[in-house]
Amino acid sequence: MSILLNNSPILILALPLLAAFLIPLISRINKKTVGIFAVFVLLISLVLTILLAVKIISVGPQVYVFGAKSSSLTLPTGLKIPIRIMFQIDAMGIFMGLITAMVSFLGAVYSLAFIRKREGMDKFYSLLLLLTVGMFGMEFTGDLFNLFVFLEIASIASVALIAYRGTDFGEPAEAGFKYMIVSTISALFVLFAIGIFYGEYDLLNIAALANMIKYSQLDKIALALLLSVFAMKSGAVPMHMWTPDAYSEAPAPITMILVAASQASLYALFRIIFSLYNVHMNTLAVGWIIIIFGVLSMFIGVTMAIVQKDIKRLMAYHAVSQTGYMLLGVGVGLAVLSNPIALKDYGITAFEGGIFHIMNHAMYKGLLFLTAGALFFRTGTRNLNKMGGLAHSMKYTTIFFIVGAAAIAGLPPFNGFASKLLIYESVYKFNPLLSIIAMVVSILTLASFVKVFHSAFLGPKLPQFKDVQEVPRSMVFSMAILSCIIIVFGLFPDLIVKNLVHPAVMALVEQVKYTGTVLGGM
Amino acid sequence: MIDNLPYIAVGLFVGLGVYTLMYKKNLIKIAIGVCLIENGVNLFLITLGYRKGAIAPIYTMAPSGQSMVLPTPQALTLTSIVIGIATTALILSVAMMIYKHYGTLDTDEVRRLRG
Repeated sequence: MSILLNNSPILILALPLLAAFLIPLISRINKKTVGIFAVFVLLISLVLTILLAVKIISVGPQVYVFGAKSSSLTLPTGLKIPIRIMFQIDAMGIFMGLITAMVSFLGAVYSLAFIRKREGMDKFYSLLLLLTVGMFGMEFTGDLFNLFVFLEIASIASVALIAYRGTDFGEPAEAGFKYMIVSTISALFVLFAIGIFYGEYDLLNIAALANMIKYSQLDKIALALLLSVFAMKSGAVPMHMWTPDAYSEAPAPITMILVAASQASLYALFRIIFSLYNVHMNTLAVGWIIIIFGVLSMFIGVTMAIVQKDIKRLMAYHAVSQTGYMLLGVGVGLAVLSNPIALKDYGITAFEGGIFHIMNHAMYKGLLFLTAGALFFRTGTRNLNKMGGLAHSMKYTTIFFIVGAAAIAGLPPFNGFASKLLIYESVYKFNPLLSIIAMVVSILTLASFVKVFHSAFLGPKLPQFKDVQEVPRSMVFSMAILSCIIIVFGLFPDLIVKNLVHPAVMALVEQVKYTGTVLGGM
Repeated sequence: MIDNLPYIAVGLFVGLGVYTLMYKKNLIKIAIGVCLIENGVNLFLITLGYRKGAIAPIYTMAPSGQSMVLPTPQALTLTSIVIGIATTALILSVAMMIYKHYGTLDTDEVRRLRG
C-alpha cells in the first residue's frame, strides 16, 4: 500500500497511458468490455488522485524524480541544479488533478451509453485515456519541456475526439481542423519560448529557472509568447474563435473533458506567471492585461451566447464567459501581488474566488454539457427551436439542468454563487466598475439559461417527441454525481475554500515554496 | 554577421509560416505553413546547442579536451520532430475528411460553423 502511495504521482498517469494502448488489443477479444475497462482504469486513477491529494494537503508538496535512486532526490550529490526530469505536485497541481480525475471518470461513465456507434469504440476510449494523461501531465510536471510534450498529447487526442464524428458529418471535421491549427501553433510557440529560456539559462526545470530568472528583454518576449498562447488555449476573448466550434461539435462527454483541458492550459498560464516570474515582473501591468482578457471574455462571451439557437454552442459561449471570471479574479490578485497590504486585504480573496471558480466551472459546465448531450441523445437535434415540452418525459434531466443553470447563474445555494461572491466583493475593493460588469454578466447568464429552460423543457408535449424517455442509467449516474458535488460545494463552501482552495492559492503566491521544494531551503 | 545567419533563417521560416497561415486559403497550404513554423522552431533549438568546431556529443568516441555540442537541444528537437509528424499527419487527415464532405479545400467555402 505504501509503495502504491509513494509512486502514486506516476501511477496516476501510467495506468491510463498503458490502458490506452491495451484497449485496441482488448477490443480484438471482446468489444463490449472496452468501455468498462476504461472506466475501471479511470476509477483507480481517481482514487489514487484523492489519496495523493490527502497526502499533499496534510504533508506538503511532493516531488517525483525519474531515474533517481529515491523518488524524492531532486539534487544529485554535489550539484546545485536539478538535472533529472521530475514531477512536482503542490496544492495547486493536485487541485487541478482532482478536477481532471473526476471529470474524465464521469465522462467515461457517461460515454458507456452515449456513444452508440459500435465500430471505433476502442479508438474513442484510447483517445479519451490519452487526453486524460495529457491533462494530468500538464498539471503535475515540474519541467518546461515535459509541459510542451503533454500539451501536444492532450491536443492531438482532443482533436481526434472532436473530429470523432467527422467520418459521417462535415462540421466536426471543420471544428477539429480549427482546433488542430490553434493548438499546434500554440505548442510551437511554447517550444520557442522554452528555447529562449534554455538559451539564456541552460535550464528546463521550472523551479530552478525561477531561481535564476532575471526578467531581461528576452524573458519579456518569452512571457508575452506564453501568456498569449495559453490565453488562446484556454479560450479567452479575442482568441476564442475555436471554442464554440470545438465544444459544440465534440460528443457531449468529450466536451466536458475539453472544458477541463482548457483549464489545464489556464493552470499552465498561472504556473508560468506565478511560479516562474512572480514578483520579478511588472505585476501591475501583467495583472491588468489578464483583467482585460477576463472582462472581454466575460462580456463578449455572454452577449454572443444570448443569440445562439444551438444549445451546445450557447453553452460553449458561456464557457468563454465563465473563463473570464477566473481570469478576472486571478488578474486582480496578480495586480496587487507586490503590494502586501492590498494583497492581504482583498488580493487573496480575489485569488480564492478565481481558483475556486475553476473547480466550480468544471463541475456545473460539465453537468450542463451532459444535459445538452442527454437532450441530443433522445431528440436527435441541438436546435432549441425544434425542442419543447421535454420536462414531461425527461424528469431527471430537467432537475439536473435546473441545478446546473442555477449554479452557472450564481444563485445560492449552489457552488457558482460561492465563488462569484468571493470575486464580486474582492474585485469591488480593487475597482468597482469591474465588479459591476461581472454582476451584469451574471444576470445576462441567468437570462439566457431561462431561455434555454423555457424552449427545451417547458410547454406542452410535442407529438414528434412522444416516444422520448429518460436517458439510460449510466448517463443519469454521471449527471447525478455532478449535481451532488455542486450542491455540497454550494452548501459548505468554507470547507472547500479552507482545505483545498486556500492551500492552492498560497502555493501560487509564495514562489519560494515552489522553488524550495526542489532546491532545498533557499 | 555570419554567426547570426541561422537566427535570420529562423525568423524567415517563422515569418513565412505565419504569413502562409494568415493569407493562404487552401487547407493544404495552411498545413505547409504550420510545417514551416515547426522547422523554424526546430532550427532555433539546434542552433542554440551549436558550438563552433565542436564534435558530436558521444563520450566513448571523443578525443579528450575537444568541446562538444550540447546534447539536450538535440534531444528536444528529436522529440519535437516526432510530435511534428503526428500533428502534420492529423492535420492532413482532417483536411481529407473535410474534402470528402465539402468537396473543396477553400477556407471561404468550408464555413458551416459560424455565429
